Amino acid sequence: MRVGVFICHCGSNIAGTVDVAKVAEEARKMPGVAYATAYMYTCSEPGQKEITDAIERDKLDRVVVAACSPRMHENTFRRTVMKAGLNRYFFEQANIREHVSWIGLDKELNTKKAIDEVRMAVEKVKRNKPLFSTSFKVNKRVLVLGGGVAGMQAAIDCADGGLEVIMVEKSPSIGGMMARLDKTFPTVDCSICILGPKMVDVAQHDLIKLHAYSEIAEIKGYVGNYQIKIRKKPTYVDWTKCTGCGLCMEKCPTKNAYDHFNFGAAPTRAINIPFPQAIPKKATIDPEFCRQFVKGKCGVCAKVCPTGAINYEMQEEIITEDVGAIITATGYGLMGIENFKEYGAGRYPDVITGIQYERFLNASGPTSGHIIRPSDHEEPKTIVFISCVGSRDKSLGVPYCSNFCCMYIAKQAILTKDHIPDSQSYVFYMDIRSPGKGYDEFTRRAQEEYGAKYIRGRVSRIYPKGKKMVVRGADTLLGTQVEIEADLVVLGNAVVSAEGAAQMAEKLHISYDTHGFYVESHPKLRPVETNTSGVYLAGACQGPKDIPASVGQGSAAAAKVLALFSKDMLESDPAIANVNINTCVGCLKCVKTCPFQAIVEDTLRNGKKVAKVIETVCAGCGVCTSTCPCGAIQLQHFTDNQLLAEVNAICQK
Amino acid sequence: MAEKEYAYFCGCSLEGTAKEYDESIRAVMKALGVGLVEPDDWSCCGSTPAHTVSHVLAAALAARNLSLVEKMNKDVLTTPCPSCLMAFKKAQHGMTGSEEFKVEVNELLDEPYNCGVESKSSLQIIYEDIGLDAIAAKVTHMMPDLKVAPYYGCILSRPPEIANFDDPENPVSMDNVLMAAGVEVADFAFKLECCGAAFGVPKREMVNQLSYKVLEMAVDAGANCIAVACPLCQQNLDLRQGQVNSTMGSRFNIPIIYFTQLMGLAFGMSPKELGMDKVFVSADKITRRITKAEYEKIKEEEAAAKKPQKAKKEAAAEETNN
Repeated sequence: MRVGVFICHCGSNIAGTVDVAKVAEEARKMPGVAYATAYMYTCSEPGQKEITDAIERDKLDRVVVAACSPRMHENTFRRTVMKAGLNRYFFEQANIREHVSWIGLDKELNTKKAIDEVRMAVEKVKRNKPLFSTSFKVNKRVLVLGGGVAGMQAAIDCADGGLEVIMVEKSPSIGGMMARLDKTFPTVDCSICILGPKMVDVAQHDLIKLHAYSEIAEIKGYVGNYQIKIRKKPTYVDWTKCTGCGLCMEKCPTKNAYDHFNFGAAPTRAINIPFPQAIPKKATIDPEFCRQFVKGKCGVCAKVCPTGAINYEMQEEIITEDVGAIITATGYGLMGIENFKEYGAGRYPDVITGIQYERFLNASGPTSGHIIRPSDHEEPKTIVFISCVGSRDKSLGVPYCSNFCCMYIAKQAILTKDHIPDSQSYVFYMDIRSPGKGYDEFTRRAQEEYGAKYIRGRVSRIYPKGKKMVVRGADTLLGTQVEIEADLVVLGNAVVSAEGAAQMAEKLHISYDTHGFYVESHPKLRPVETNTSGVYLAGACQGPKDIPASVGQGSAAAAKVLALFSKDMLESDPAIANVNINTCVGCLKCVKTCPFQAIVEDTLRNGKKVAKVIETVCAGCGVCTSTCPCGAIQLQHFTDNQLLAEVNAICQK
Repeated sequence: MAEKEYAYFCGCSLEGTAKEYDESIRAVMKALGVGLVEPDDWSCCGSTPAHTVSHVLAAALAARNLSLVEKMNKDVLTTPCPSCLMAFKKAQHGMTGSEEFKVEVNELLDEPYNCGVESKSSLQIIYEDIGLDAIAAKVTHMMPDLKVAPYYGCILSRPPEIANFDDPENPVSMDNVLMAAGVEVADFAFKLECCGAAFGVPKREMVNQLSYKVLEMAVDAGANCIAVACPLCQQNLDLRQGQVNSTMGSRFNIPIIYFTQLMGLAFGMSPKELGMDKVFVSADKITRRITKAEYEKIKEEEAAAKKPQKAKKEAAAEETNN
C-alpha cells in the first residue's frame, strides 16, 4: 500500500501557526506512506496537479490531504484522485485548519496535533474500501412550503421552468405578510397592486397546484423521492361550491372573532374571507368563535349561503403528494405585545404594533384606510413610533436587528402625513438602518419633506394620562428626558421565527438557530441551500428579510431546483449502512432506532430473519451501527475497523 | 395552613419612622400563623450610606446579619424594607458570584458568612409562601369606600437578576394580595416610578416633583389611597405630602398606607393595633368597615335588582338572532 500525504499551507492560514514542513517530515516516517510534501495552496490547479503527478510517478494508491475542513474541499480532492484513476473513497482529508491552526496559537502544540491528525487519516485511508455510487430516478415535482411573496416567486419560477409545483399554505389565502401591507418602501407603491398579479399567476398557472389552509403532516423520503402527507384543515365550507360572494360574512351574528389577517387590529366575523383579493377567495369558519361550534346552535350562514356550501361536519383530510425537492418559504412571526411590559403589555388600546397600524392605513383594512385610535375611534394627531421594540434587546432573547422596521416606520410616518396633513409624527430610534438601494434617501424624505421628528433614544415607559398616552424617553443627542403626549403609539416590534418553525425544521431534517430561523448551508456562498440535499430556503424563514431580498431568494431557490432537476438520474451516496447477513441475528433493534425508516425486516432463502437497508432511504447517520449488539450492521466508509484504527493511531505512541 | 417560622430583620426604619409597618406585619403574620424571629444583636444592613462609599463595607455589614441568621439554623430571612432587602441580596449576589469578593468581605467579619441564607421581602413571603387563599380565608371585614393604588417602589422587583421576584416592569404581587384581602385595586401605571428616595435632604424640590407625579397618577387612576411596601416611599409621599402641595401648588390629601395595615384592617384588627394613628394623612374616612356578611348581603341585593333587566336584555337579543 502506498499512501501519499499532501500538507497545505493555506497561505498563512495553516502555515502561520503550524510547522507544515515538520508535519510532512513526520508523515514520511509513518508506515505505508510513500510520499509526503507541503504545498502553498493544495486546492489550486498546480496543487491538484501535484497530487495527480505524484499518484502516477510514485504509484500511489491512497491519498491524504491535510488542509481545511472536508466540508470545504472534500469533493475537490475526491475528483482529483478520481481523475488520476483512483476510487474517490481512497482519499481522506485531515482538518488541520478549523481544528488546529485557527483555534490554537502555540505553534509547537499545533504542529504536534497536526501530525496526529495526519497519522489518523493515514491509518484510516489504508483501511478504506472502494465504494461505488448507484443512480436513481428523480421525481421532478417540487413542494413549496408557504404562499408568501418568497414562496410565490419560487413557485412561479419553477413552474415557468416546466416543473410541476405543489404549494402548501397554512392560512386560508396566499399572499403572506406582503398582502397585509398598504404601501411598500422606498417607492410607496401599493403593495397588493404589485402582489395581486403574482397571486393570480399562482392561481392560474397550469403547473401549480395550491393547497390552502393546509399543513405538512409528515415528510418521508430523500432528495429526488419525497412522500409528503398534507393535512387539509377543515374550513367547514365546501370550497368547490363556495363562490366567495361574502353573504355569509355579512349575516354572521358573531362579530367579535379574532382577525388573524389583521393581527387583531379589529374583530371580524366567525365566518370570513380574509381580504378582497384573497386567493382562493373562499370563506372559512373559525370554530373557536362560531356559535354553531361554541353554543351548538345558530346555522345562519348555512341558511343564507346561496350554494349550500356550509358543512359543519367537515373533517380534516390527509392527502399524499410525491415530490423530488422542497422549497421552504415559511416566513416569520412578530413578537407579541405582551412581552413589552414597560409599554403596557397590551393593556392600553392606543399602543399598537406596526402591522396593526399598517392595516389601519390600508384601504381594505378594518377602517377602510382611515387612521383611528382604537380606544375611541377618533383621528389621532400626534403619533409616536418606537423602533427596536424587542429587537437588539438581549433581555428579550432577540439580540439581532429585525432588518426592515426602520424602513417601514419611515414609510408609515410619510403615509401618516398624507392621511392626516395636520398630524405630527415622532420616531424614537436607536440607529437608522437603511442600507438598501434608495433607502437612506427615503428615511431622509420622511424627516425633511414630511416633517417626522426623529429622536435618538429609547422609550422607558408609556402610561395613560386622560385620553393621551404619555411616551417618556431619553433624547441622547440633547442629553435630556423627553415626554410626548401622544394620541397613538406604534411599536416596531421584533421579527421572530414563524410559529412552529422548529417543529417544521425537524420534519424537514434541516437545522435551525437558537431563534428558530433556518440555517443555510453556507452564510455567504450557499445562502438558499440547506445541509439536507433537496431542501432549499427562501425568504424570512432564514432570517428577517424585506421584500426584494425575499423575492431574490425565491428565484434563487427555484434556480437551484431547476438545476437539480436538469438530470433525470441522481447519484446516491455509497457511504450508507450495510448488513452482514452472516452475523445479523435478526433482533431488528436497528429497525426501531433508524430515524429515517430505512431498515426493514427481510427473510433469507433459508428462512433466517435479518435486517435489510433500503439504500436510497439511508442517510448514513450511523445510529444503527451503534445500536447493533453484534456489530453486524456497518456504516460504509466509517466502519468500526476504520474508526478504531484512527483511535489506535493517536493512542499508541 | 402549616405553622411557619422565619428569621425576621425589621431594620432601622421600622424601629422609628415606620413603626406602624413593623406593628402591622407582626400582627398580620401572627394572624396567618407565621412566626417571626429576630436575630440577636442585629446591626445596620449596609444600605445607602455604606454602599455609596464601599461595596465591600456594605456587603460586610449585610453579611454580618446574614451570618447571625446562619447561626440560628435558618435558611430564609425576611425583611419588610426594600433597602435592607437589596443590601442583603446584593451581598449574597456578590459573594456567591465571586470567591475573591467573598474572601474580602469575610476578612472584615469575626464570624464568616457562608452564603447559606436567601433573603426575601415580606411581600414575597406573604404572596408566595402563605398564598392568596390563606389570606382570603382570614378576611372578616370589607372596606367599600376604599380604592387603592398599589405602589411598589423602585427596587422590590428590580434589577430582575438580583431581585428575582415578580415582574420587573409590571409587578402584580401586591395587587393580588390586596385583592385577596377584599380591597379594590386601581389600574395604576406608576407602580415603579421613583419617589425621590433619599434625596429629600439634599434635593428636596426634586423629590417633591417626583412624588407629585406618583400622587397625581394615583388620583387620576381613581384611587383614594396609595398602598406601599417601603418606609422611604411612605415617608416621601405621606410626611412630605404637605411639602409637595406647597412646592407644586397641589391639594393632595391622599393617605399612604402600608399594604400590611390594609390587610390587618380586612382581618378585623383594630386601627390602633396596626398603627393607623401614626400616618400623617389620616385614612379614617376611607377605611369605613362593614362585616363580610353585611357586604355580601348588599351585593346580593344589588345583583337581584339588576337580574330582571339583564334577563330581559338577553331574551331580546335571542329574538333578534332568530
